[in-house]
Amino acid sequence: MNSGPSIVSVRELAASIKSGSSLGVPADYSGVPMQATRELIRQNVRDLSLYCLPSTTIQGDMLIGAGCVSTIETAAVSLGEFGRAPRFSQAVETGQVEIRDSTCPALHAQLQATEKSVPFMPLRGIIGSDIIKHREDWKIISNPFGEGEEPIVLLPATKLDVTLFHAASADRRGNVWIGRRRELSTLVHASKRVLITVEKIVDTDYFETEENSAGALPAFYVEAIAEAPNGAWPCGLQDLYGVDADEMHRYAEMAATDAGFQSYLDMRVFGEDVLQASS
Amino acid sequence: MNCTPQELLISAITDMIGDDSHIAVGAASPIPGCAALLAQIEARHRMNVTILHSRRHNSFTEGSRELFDIAAQGRIDTFFLGGVQIDGNANINLVGTGQYPQMDKRFSGSFGSALMYFVVPKIILFREEHSPRTLVDKVDFISAPGTSPKEVYRPGGPFALVTGKAVFRFNKEKSKFELSTLHEGNNLEDVQDQTGFEFDTSGEIHQTRQPTVERLERLRTEVAPKIAEFYPEFARRYFGQ
Repeated sequence: MNSGPSIVSVRELAASIKSGSSLGVPADYSGVPMQATRELIRQNVRDLSLYCLPSTTIQGDMLIGAGCVSTIETAAVSLGEFGRAPRFSQAVETGQVEIRDSTCPALHAQLQATEKSVPFMPLRGIIGSDIIKHREDWKIISNPFGEGEEPIVLLPATKLDVTLFHAASADRRGNVWIGRRRELSTLVHASKRVLITVEKIVDTDYFETEENSAGALPAFYVEAIAEAPNGAWPCGLQDLYGVDADEMHRYAEMAATDAGFQSYLDMRVFGEDVLQASS
Repeated sequence: MNCTPQELLISAITDMIGDDSHIAVGAASPIPGCAALLAQIEARHRMNVTILHSRRHNSFTEGSRELFDIAAQGRIDTFFLGGVQIDGNANINLVGTGQYPQMDKRFSGSFGSALMYFVVPKIILFREEHSPRTLVDKVDFISAPGTSPKEVYRPGGPFALVTGKAVFRFNKEKSKFELSTLHEGNNLEDVQDQTGFEFDTSGEIHQTRQPTVERLERLRTEVAPKIAEFYPEFARRYFGQ
């Protein structure tokens, strides 16, 4: 009997993401699937709608720069200490990508509504922000449980086609170790398909002890897993490795121009040595 | 001056934190992060510091939404926000300059400001660049408004604005900043010249307090190594870590 997710290559994993999908994207601290992202660019996937929980870094910037994205819903796109996200900024300034500006707790809440299978979630704040002026899908109602006329924002439930992220490890049954990065569970619960790359597949059964099970994502949510050692590089991964500052500086500098970004892709995505290493 | 400009700003923010019991620090905030950790070392009472991008100074187990949930619950006393632009009514803009959406210059985005500004009682605005392009009469895009009509749920809001030249307090009733202190080497005329909005100067204006030798020592030897875990570039540039 085999009830677990399939174990595939990163190439196969990426190939299963169809153009036009809505794709759940993790923040820089929760396991950025960079190896799989480079594979998506190689496979020339198009017309993705990125839904960031709640922001994105080099992953979103590269996908936008490579022309893979038509819309992005996010609270921010930033390279953090390494500066503005150059491809994102340019694409928004020139209208090449549709931006759906949001705010962190709203991005969480819309997926939480889907987790509970309710049509919407209320959230405090936001009123008076220009964000809501450009969000026709958000509504303001009067709090039906309040005594006075308190306005409150309602956000629609969002269901994603695919979630893709990178994690530390998976066990042989396909349970995935996410530790306390529970926003990944929120993404998973609100996605039709869940694809995960991991540093390694291990013999430990995560549900054998309570100590381990608290940090595990159950296999039944997961469609496929691919092994990708160092798969978050140049981003960091939990306590396993930190961000590669030299590479992030290199990216920030090169991606500042169209030509520089193309050179970066040639070097890191389409280069012959890269292709050999990934085959 | 016995300290660097960054150390003075850290010290000024540390003074503002005072008796608060839970300080949180969000994205791209190394100077507030240093101030929060310094305040924690100096605190005589129980003080929690949560730094979103740290593993060691972050004990959330429910994912990154826990920051927003506990802020809405009233469990965070102090938080920091910046802005591409900040205006005289304390509206903040983290999105960009020019007309939305195809702006002249697009920046990162609003992050959690559109909730945090409403629910955290003491929001300290921080923007190192003090110029007419950052401190404007009216922001091009309101990520989060400085004030709200009384029917809107809003236990939180702006408390102060710290820049590379001065410290302002925000007067909620007047919806106006009041100049509080000037950093050494700055004068009122220059600050008025470099500020794109009008502010109140009727109160007593002092010089921003210099950190004591003991505080500087704590900052350089105890705080700087901690900050290197989650702001390595900042720690390298300003503290040689």
